[in-house]
Amino acid sequence: MAELNLSVHAGEVYGFLGPNGAGKTTTLRMLLGLIRPTSGRVRLFGAEPGTASLARVGALIEGPAFYPYLSGRANLRILADHAGVRRTRVDDVLDVVTLTDRAKDKYSTYSLGMKQRLGLAAALLKEPELVVLDEPTNGLDPAGMADIRVTLRKLAADGCTVLLSSHLLAEVEQICDRVGVLDHGRLVAETTVPDLRAGGALRVVAGPLEQAREHLGLLLGADRVHTDGAALELDVDPGEAGRINAGLVAAGLDVTELRWHEPDLEQTFLALTGGTPDAA
Amino acid sequence: MLRDIRAELLKQSRRPASWLLLAVAVVLSLTFGYAVPYAGLDGAPASGGPGAGRGLSAMLPDAFVGSALGGLPIFVGALALIFGVLVAGSEYGFGTWKTVLVQNPSRVAVFGAKLVTVAVAGLAVVLALFAATAGASALVASLQGQALVWPSASDVLLGLGAGWLVTTMWGALGVLLAIGLRSVALPIGLGLVWLLAVQNLLASIAAPLLTWVAELQKVLPGPNAGALAASFGASAPGVEQIVGSGQATAVLAGYVVVFAVLGGWLLHRRDIA
Repeated sequence: MAELNLSVHAGEVYGFLGPNGAGKTTTLRMLLGLIRPTSGRVRLFGAEPGTASLARVGALIEGPAFYPYLSGRANLRILADHAGVRRTRVDDVLDVVTLTDRAKDKYSTYSLGMKQRLGLAAALLKEPELVVLDEPTNGLDPAGMADIRVTLRKLAADGCTVLLSSHLLAEVEQICDRVGVLDHGRLVAETTVPDLRAGGALRVVAGPLEQAREHLGLLLGADRVHTDGAALELDVDPGEAGRINAGLVAAGLDVTELRWHEPDLEQTFLALTGGTPDAA
Repeated sequence: MLRDIRAELLKQSRRPASWLLLAVAVVLSLTFGYAVPYAGLDGAPASGGPGAGRGLSAMLPDAFVGSALGGLPIFVGALALIFGVLVAGSEYGFGTWKTVLVQNPSRVAVFGAKLVTVAVAGLAVVLALFAATAGASALVASLQGQALVWPSASDVLLGLGAGWLVTTMWGALGVLLAIGLRSVALPIGLGLVWLLAVQNLLASIAAPLLTWVAELQKVLPGPNAGALAASFGASAPGVEQIVGSGQATAVLAGYVVVFAVLGGWLLHRRDIA
């Protein structure tokens, strides 16, 4: 890691993105005091990770891990004791993650989705200001993922800040307010999801294609017109679409498609991290 | 730290393996302290085996403290070591160190709670052994028509304390090995090899041949545990009064402190992978 500075605003869901091996989990482990940096310092809430700062943080790191011979409720009671919170808090968090009905069953009998929910419940025990979640939807089916997303949005709505590490771009796109992109231990971008995807183009399919390209070159300037297969991509403001359409029609060209095209998050992510499609 | 102790006690008291270890300790103590010697009362070999000299008198109530402590340097010590490894090593096996530590307890407090749990479990084992052997000795006395003569309360309390110290020492070694090796299987394997094989080889083969090994025996945990048990009349393989009970107590207490400090230091310093 090198000079990594994440600015996570209160009450937002922050997505922490990066290809495998970029250092996401290492960053979170350092943040939580589980590992120490070989050099330099880690600061959380303006202080080194310690009793005071970590008291404000709940976390689920690298998947849930509990005592298999104990029930979900007993596991949470143990963690409540370690956290120094009332045991009555256990029922509250079981309710939040909708596990109350299975709380008396042994953890070893839980499905993966239930284990993830129990992990989330453990992260909420301290009523934290910041919840740090490392790949919380890993291995979940679509319904389980949706459940977690709803819970996270509800947490944010209740004023809790969520730092979510994920490699699932669609998930980040759906629930995160802002994202930070990590590559080789360095933060290469930190912005909102719409801004991360900025740089779209007006996509035009018109025929004959060569005549359309020449006409638009004269209209906009040749350097703003690019050919992409059977289509043209124009570096223009979306508001110019009407004028461009009128010009093409007036020139007798057949316009079959004219739409604003934004690059998807994956393309942006790969461009930022210099990765190949399977690296995400 | 009280909350951490409560958490650790809950973890271990709900764990089936803890109760299995306790049951095995009691069954083995009764088997080799009473059932086997009683069955051999009339047909015991004249000499040779370690149990050959164990007659009726060793099974009567006034000798039950020694009988209860007889297994401590051997199998009960091994079981205490296994328990200590399970208390700390299972956190690596289950991957629960991170789950616990992100709740923000201090590592030293969690480690201290584990040691307290080992000590509490050690006391529970010794109490169970005392109760079981007292009952067995009363049964033997009634079967043989002997009078029920019990040891003094001070002897019983001193015996309990000695047993507690020995089990705690082996349990603390188990905790240290688990944290040092960050696993369960290897610490148990290495601990048992030391406790059941190396110590006996040193005592039976090396010590008679080499003076310095004989001297070294006086500061090793096993021989001192044996010496402490022997001072209460215990008779078993590895139970030999090579030092006085005072020195044995001091050495064992020293080991508890060393194991505790080393284990706490390792846990505090190391990253949690």
